[in-house]
Amino acid sequence: MPILTRVYIKTSLIYLVAALLVGGVLALASVVDLPPALRSLSPVYFHLFMVGWITQLIVGMLYWMLPKYSKEKPRGHDPLWWATYVLLNTGLLLRVAAEPANALMAGAAWQWGLALSALLQWLAGLTLIAAAWPRVKMR
Amino acid sequence: MPRLSAWFIRTAMAYLALGITFGALLLWNKGLPLHPGIWRLLPVHIELMLVGWTLQLIYGIAFWILPRWRSSRGNETPVWVAFWLLNGGIWLVALSQSLGWDPIWLAAGRLAEIASAAAFAINAWPRTKALGA
Repeated sequence: MPILTRVYIKTSLIYLVAALLVGGVLALASVVDLPPALRSLSPVYFHLFMVGWITQLIVGMLYWMLPKYSKEKPRGHDPLWWATYVLLNTGLLLRVAAEPANALMAGAAWQWGLALSALLQWLAGLTLIAAAWPRVKMR
Repeated sequence: MPRLSAWFIRTAMAYLALGITFGALLLWNKGLPLHPGIWRLLPVHIELMLVGWTLQLIYGIAFWILPRWRSSRGNETPVWVAFWLLNGGIWLVALSQSLGWDPIWLAAGRLAEIASAAAFAINAWPRTKALGA
């Protein structure tokens, strides 16, 4: 298994644990009075699961399994796959910090943090498509 | 990769592009408000990311890698039917939710998605078998 796939899959497993932990905290809301910052974690929980775990697992598998790009570059343009990793994780972690912080004490820094997180994750999607599209080849 | 898988995977990537654009707008709008109407994109974002991207990609990969039926991937017709039903369903669900259409269109979209899963299973079910079977 190539190193990039291993990095993606192991990172996705960390997000899976984190997502389930946040989900557990949210489940406590029915029995315990949670602070506002924790109560606003619902979108964070969902995105840790769907972006951090599922999407990142998918990207790692796509890099490994998609048909070869060429003899010289079997897996295509590695810098694009690495850029996706950095952009996706930076964007997601920024969201994890900024979303509850903004709910607790709205301020320009957190608001810009959310906007920057949106931009980074959007760019991650575009670099992923640019990296994977040329490897989707018919026989 | 078979042609049908390439269609599923490329279409999934197109939905990913659209879905993350809507998601980015929603998140940006949460931090730095752009327009209150952007919140109407939320159900479309969810539909495009969960069904358009994730489910469609899974269909494409599954059709490609499931064990073959003797030497072929079996009858492709139900899988093409699944492709068109799934994509018709996605657009019906997304447009009816974002534009406030009559709920009958939302129900029709969901029914098309359910039918696509059944059509996909017609091909995938017999290919899900033990080694050498």
